[in-house]
Amino acid sequence: MTLFYVFAVVAVLASMLVIAQRNPIYSVLLLILSFGALSGLYVLLDAPFVAVTQIVVYAGAIMVLFLFVVMLLNAPHEDTELDEHVHPLRRPGPMRVGAVLAVALIVELGWALTRAGSQAGGDFPAAAVSSVRAIGRSLFTAYAFPFEVTSVLILVAMVGAVVLARRDSGPSVPPGA
Amino acid sequence: MPTLAHYLVLSAVLFCIGTAGVFVRRNLITILLSIEIMLNAVNLSFVAFGRAFGSADGQIIVFFVMTVAAAEAAVGLAIVIGLFRHRESLNPDTFTSLKW
Amino acid sequence: MPAITPLLIAQLVIIVVVFHALLLSAAAMVWVERRLAAALQQRLGPIRVGWQGLLQPFADVIKLMFKEELRPKAADALLFALAPVISATCAFAAFAVVPFGGETTLFGLLPEGMRLQVADVNVAALVIFAIASMSVYGIVLAGWSSNSKYSLIGGLRSSAQMISYELSYGMALVSVLLVGNSLSLTDIVNGQAGAWFGVIPKWFVFLQPLGFLIYMTAGVAETNRAPFDFPEAEQELVAGYHTEYSSMSFAMFFLAEYVNMVTVSAVATDLFLGGWHGPFLPASLGWIWFLLKVGALLFFYVWMRWTLPRYRYDQLMKFGWKVLLPVSVVNLLVTAAGVLYFGG
Repeated sequence: MTLFYVFAVVAVLASMLVIAQRNPIYSVLLLILSFGALSGLYVLLDAPFVAVTQIVVYAGAIMVLFLFVVMLLNAPHEDTELDEHVHPLRRPGPMRVGAVLAVALIVELGWALTRAGSQAGGDFPAAAVSSVRAIGRSLFTAYAFPFEVTSVLILVAMVGAVVLARRDSGPSVPPGA
Repeated sequence: MPTLAHYLVLSAVLFCIGTAGVFVRRNLITILLSIEIMLNAVNLSFVAFGRAFGSADGQIIVFFVMTVAAAEAAVGLAIVIGLFRHRESLNPDTFTSLKW
Repeated sequence: MPAITPLLIAQLVIIVVVFHALLLSAAAMVWVERRLAAALQQRLGPIRVGWQGLLQPFADVIKLMFKEELRPKAADALLFALAPVISATCAFAAFAVVPFGGETTLFGLLPEGMRLQVADVNVAALVIFAIASMSVYGIVLAGWSSNSKYSLIGGLRSSAQMISYELSYGMALVSVLLVGNSLSLTDIVNGQAGAWFGVIPKWFVFLQPLGFLIYMTAGVAETNRAPFDFPEAEQELVAGYHTEYSSMSFAMFFLAEYVNMVTVSAVATDLFLGGWHGPFLPASLGWIWFLLKVGALLFFYVWMRWTLPRYRYDQLMKFGWKVLLPVSVVNLLVTAAGVLYFGG
C-alpha cells in the first residue's frame, strides 16, 4: 500500500511540476519521472510487460523525440512580457466556472474513494497474472486486425513527420529535365 | 491494499492535471506534453480495469494507445517545427492569422 | 520487515559483490585496453606502475580525483551534474538482471540453491532493453547542459546513433527470444545446456549466427565504441559530449562506458554463448566459464577499436538504417519461420 502511495504521489507531483515549469527541458525531464512512477504502478498492477513497454516506448523514445525538438528549436522560456495582459482564463467568468467544476471533481473523487467497499470499486480479485505469452497470443489472434492497422498508422506518421518537418528545398524538378 | 477506486481516482487526478496544462500553458511543446499526461492517465485506467476484471484486454488496449500516442507526438512535433520556422515563436497566441 | 534469513543475507552480499565486481572490471578494462592496444601497435604500453602496469588504472583514478572539478559558467548546473549520474546509474542498473552463475548453495551455507543473479525478473530481457534506452539521456543531457558547440553536436549525434541502433538491437534480441522461448534470461541460458553429439554445445550462436553478429554490432554502436565512436572522435569534435567535463564527472562517463561494454558482453554471453554452461566444471562453478566468455567478447571489443577505422557519421547512420535494420528484420522472419517449421 505504501508503495502505491509513493508512486502515486511522485506521479502527481511530477505532472503538476510539468505544467508549472517555465523551462521546457525541465518539463520533459519531470514527465519522464512521472512515467517512471506510472511504470512502477503498472508493476503493482501485475502488468510487467506494460511497465517495461512504458519505459521503452514512452520514456525512452517519445521523450527523446520531445527533447530533440526542444533542443533543436532552442525553445525559449515562456515570455513573461506576453503574460502582462490578463490571461484569458483568469477573467471572472472562466474562473467561476472553473471553481464550480473543481469543487464538483473533488466531491466526486471523495465519494468514489469512500465507496470503496462496494462491488464496483472493490478489491482486485486474487492475482490474475497475465503473462507476456497470453498477451502475445491475444494480440495476434483476437486483435490481429488492429495490430496490422497500427503498423500502417506508424508508417503514415513516419512519412508525415518527415514531410512536415522538411525545409522547402526549391523546385523538385531539376532544370532542363 | 489499493482498490480499483484508488487507481481510478489517481487516473482522474492525472487527467485533470493534463487538461489544465492544455488550457493554461502558452507554449506549444508543453501543451503536447500535457496531452501525453492525459494519455498516460487513460492508460492507467485501462490497466487497472483489466486487472479488476481479470482479462489481458486492458493491457492490449494500452499497447495500442501507446502506439497512437507515439504517432501523434511525432506528427505534432513536426507541425510545431514547421510553425516555429514560420513565426519564430512557440506561443499559440501568435498563430492567429485565421481569426476574425 | 522481512525475516533475516541466510537467503536475505546472501542476496545482499550478491548486490555488493556485483557492484564491486563491475567497478573492478571497469578498472581492469582500462589496463587491458591500454596493454592490448600497445601489443596491437607493437609497443609496450604502461608497464611501470606496479607489476606489469596493473596499478595503472588506480593511478589514473587518483589523478582524476585530484583534478579540479570545472563547470562552464553558462552551463545548466543541475543538468550538468545530473548527466554523468544518469549514465553511470543506467550502466550499473542493467547488470541487476543478468544471471552470471548457476544454482549454488555457496558451499553448503544456504538451505537451498540460489541463482547468481541480483534480481530474477521474468521479463529480464526487456528490462535490459529498457535501461539501455534510458542511458541515452545521460549523453543528450551532457551535450545540452554544457552549453558549448562541440558538446551539443556530439551529444545529439551520439544519442541519434544510439536510438537508431536500438532498433536492430531489439530485433536481434527478439530473434533469440523466439529461439529461447522465454523472456527470462535464466530460462534462456538453461535452454542452452547440453551438447549435440556430445561435442558441439547447444549454444544459440550456432542457431542464430546472423543474430549474434547483429547483436554485437548494435551493442558496439550502443556503447559508442569504435568503429562507431564518431561522437567521441578526438580528431573531429575535441571530445564530443564530455568536452566540458573534468575530474570525477569525466571518470563517471568513462566508468559508464566500460560498464556498458561489460553488460553488453554479459548479456550476449547469456543469450548466445550459453552463459555459465561449460564442460569440466560443476554448475555451481559455472561463473568461471561466464567470466571466460565475457572476457573473450571484451577482447574482441578492444581488438575492434584498435584495428578498424572509424565510420563517418553519415556512413554510420546509413549503415544502421539501410543495412542493419533490414538484415535484422529478415533474420527475425527467417527465425520465426524456422521455429514454426521445426516445432520450437
